[in-house]
Amino acid sequence: MRRRSPAGAAVAGAALLGAVSARAATPAAAPQATDTTAIVMFAAFVLLTLAITAWAARRTRTASDFYAAGGSITGFQNGIAISGDFMSAASFLGISAMVYAAGFDGLLYSIGFLVGWPIIMFLMAERLRNLGRYSLADVASYRLSAVPVRSFAAVSSLVVVAFYLIAQMVGAGQLIQLLFGLPYLYAVVIVGVLMIFYVTFGGMIATTWVQIIKAVLLLLGASYMAFAALAHFGFDLSAMFNAAVQAHPKKAAILAPGLQFKNPVSTVSLGIALMFGTAGLPHILMRFFTVADAKEARKSVFWATTFIGYFYILTFVIGFAAISMVGQNPAYVAAGRVIGGSNMVAIHLAHAVGGGVLKGFISAVAFATILAVVSGLTLAGATAVSHDLYANVVMRGRSTEGREVVVSRVATIALGVLAILLGIAFEKQNVAYMVGLAFAVAASANFPVLLLNMYWRRFNTTGAVLGGWLGLVSAVALTVLSPGIWVKVLGFHAAPFAYDNPALFSMPLGFFGCWLGSVLTQNTEAARIEAGRFEALYVRSQTGIGAEGASVH
Amino acid sequence: MDDETCARLRATPAFTELERSRSRLGWTLTALILAIYFGFVLLVAFAPGLMATPVFGPMTLGFPLGLGVIVSAILLTGIYVLRANGSFDALTRRIVAGPR
Repeated sequence: MRRRSPAGAAVAGAALLGAVSARAATPAAAPQATDTTAIVMFAAFVLLTLAITAWAARRTRTASDFYAAGGSITGFQNGIAISGDFMSAASFLGISAMVYAAGFDGLLYSIGFLVGWPIIMFLMAERLRNLGRYSLADVASYRLSAVPVRSFAAVSSLVVVAFYLIAQMVGAGQLIQLLFGLPYLYAVVIVGVLMIFYVTFGGMIATTWVQIIKAVLLLLGASYMAFAALAHFGFDLSAMFNAAVQAHPKKAAILAPGLQFKNPVSTVSLGIALMFGTAGLPHILMRFFTVADAKEARKSVFWATTFIGYFYILTFVIGFAAISMVGQNPAYVAAGRVIGGSNMVAIHLAHAVGGGVLKGFISAVAFATILAVVSGLTLAGATAVSHDLYANVVMRGRSTEGREVVVSRVATIALGVLAILLGIAFEKQNVAYMVGLAFAVAASANFPVLLLNMYWRRFNTTGAVLGGWLGLVSAVALTVLSPGIWVKVLGFHAAPFAYDNPALFSMPLGFFGCWLGSVLTQNTEAARIEAGRFEALYVRSQTGIGAEGASVH
Repeated sequence: MDDETCARLRATPAFTELERSRSRLGWTLTALILAIYFGFVLLVAFAPGLMATPVFGPMTLGFPLGLGVIVSAILLTGIYVLRANGSFDALTRRIVAGPR
């Protein structure tokens, strides 16, 4: 029996804090027998998505098609696709595993992931749509000096994408090994190659539809599981709670905060990273450029919030029901440990309520979900390379659209290969901190620059560069100094930075840098010109007049 | 958009109304969700005992409050969409049509 302690946490968004309680963090992963049902169902999914990719490839002709699906996605479709990006294997398997292990505290993650969405709705979605074209950097560098601001935004996006991608690849490899009985290497290569196919040939159109199909399958599967689990308790919540308290080794402590998050400052810091990080994730914000106008952007957020909120309620029911239904069944738990590791909780529950067929279906959907999420990440990364770094920084806007798309396809292949290599390199590493780091960087570097550029007239290039880099560097540095890396990865004894998530400190630092840089240089000629250009940005952000692909009649 | 067009659009009463109503609605709802979410997080972080008070049978106060945060996030975004679809788009059309 090989022991892969980072495995669980990697897939688990558990991940975010790293310090999962003992019960969760000990996946004793023995490769499972090959699950034919799951493999057949997954193969069907792959065939369907490849057919969609072929269809999408015929419709992908221009740069706008490739990056933004030609603005042809409706608000409802985009909402499902966005919710799909959030319904990753990490949140489905990870959060249900966390509820299973820590009860109430598992809820905090779901809530934190969700509440970023109202903020995006109230402050950003319409303006992003009106100002942007293909990438987050379009909005961050609007009216500011293109080369320094785009360079920053592209690098910051790539950092977020890279950490997110590594966590997903390592999680994918280990999960698929468990679910399908396939070797780690095969799993990572399959994910990487399929993702390259989808994105290179089908661009944003294929990426969006793969995401939509997977989101619908996952919502249906999880709804059925939660319904069947509630039926098991005769739809009596008190019965479910009582059974859980009785079955869990921590007894009634699972009904109170504190099993997972012991340090209040860490808890608040995590809350900040989750809430504002969402509003700075490149692969998420990019989705706002796939709809026609501000109205569709609003609808996207509403549907996304609704589906994500519903989904997190389901994962909670699944995790909580599993405490008694999985935790007390010797078929799923041996010597106090979940067979296959803590992330298998939801999979075991699928078996408990629906037998081998439902288990196979849920396993196949879990594989599909990783595939869909890494495709979106890779597309965002490729956009940062081709549209931002190549076309606007290296070529200073003198590139042609055709060349730009060629570069982004090459970048997709390069990123895909890199993701496979990193997936292999990090197989045995503890990657638990990576998703948390991605959210912290997004909240500390991308979010302040985006927000201030849209709202603060006197914000200028110096402020964006200073604040952006300060947020990026401080989020990464504090994470390295935190227990998640300093102790668990580097093996030192005490961490210089005591909290698991840096956002409480690094996000204010990012904002401070933005303010300082802008104020110090506000009397320069360049800053005055930029402040003068705010007016045009403001009118366009409010009305959408002049917006890319906008249909204002 | 040139500076002249920009200034002209900005001077229309419809624009003033649009920026005011959007800003009022946006920031009010932002303040609400921040208060709801950080209220919840601070209670979890600093008043775990309160959250552990039983309310319905074995269920403790934290659960209905947590569910309440999820539901209010959905409701607040819904309110924004309803209000915005009703008035923002009409105002935008007036701004676009107005100065011509």
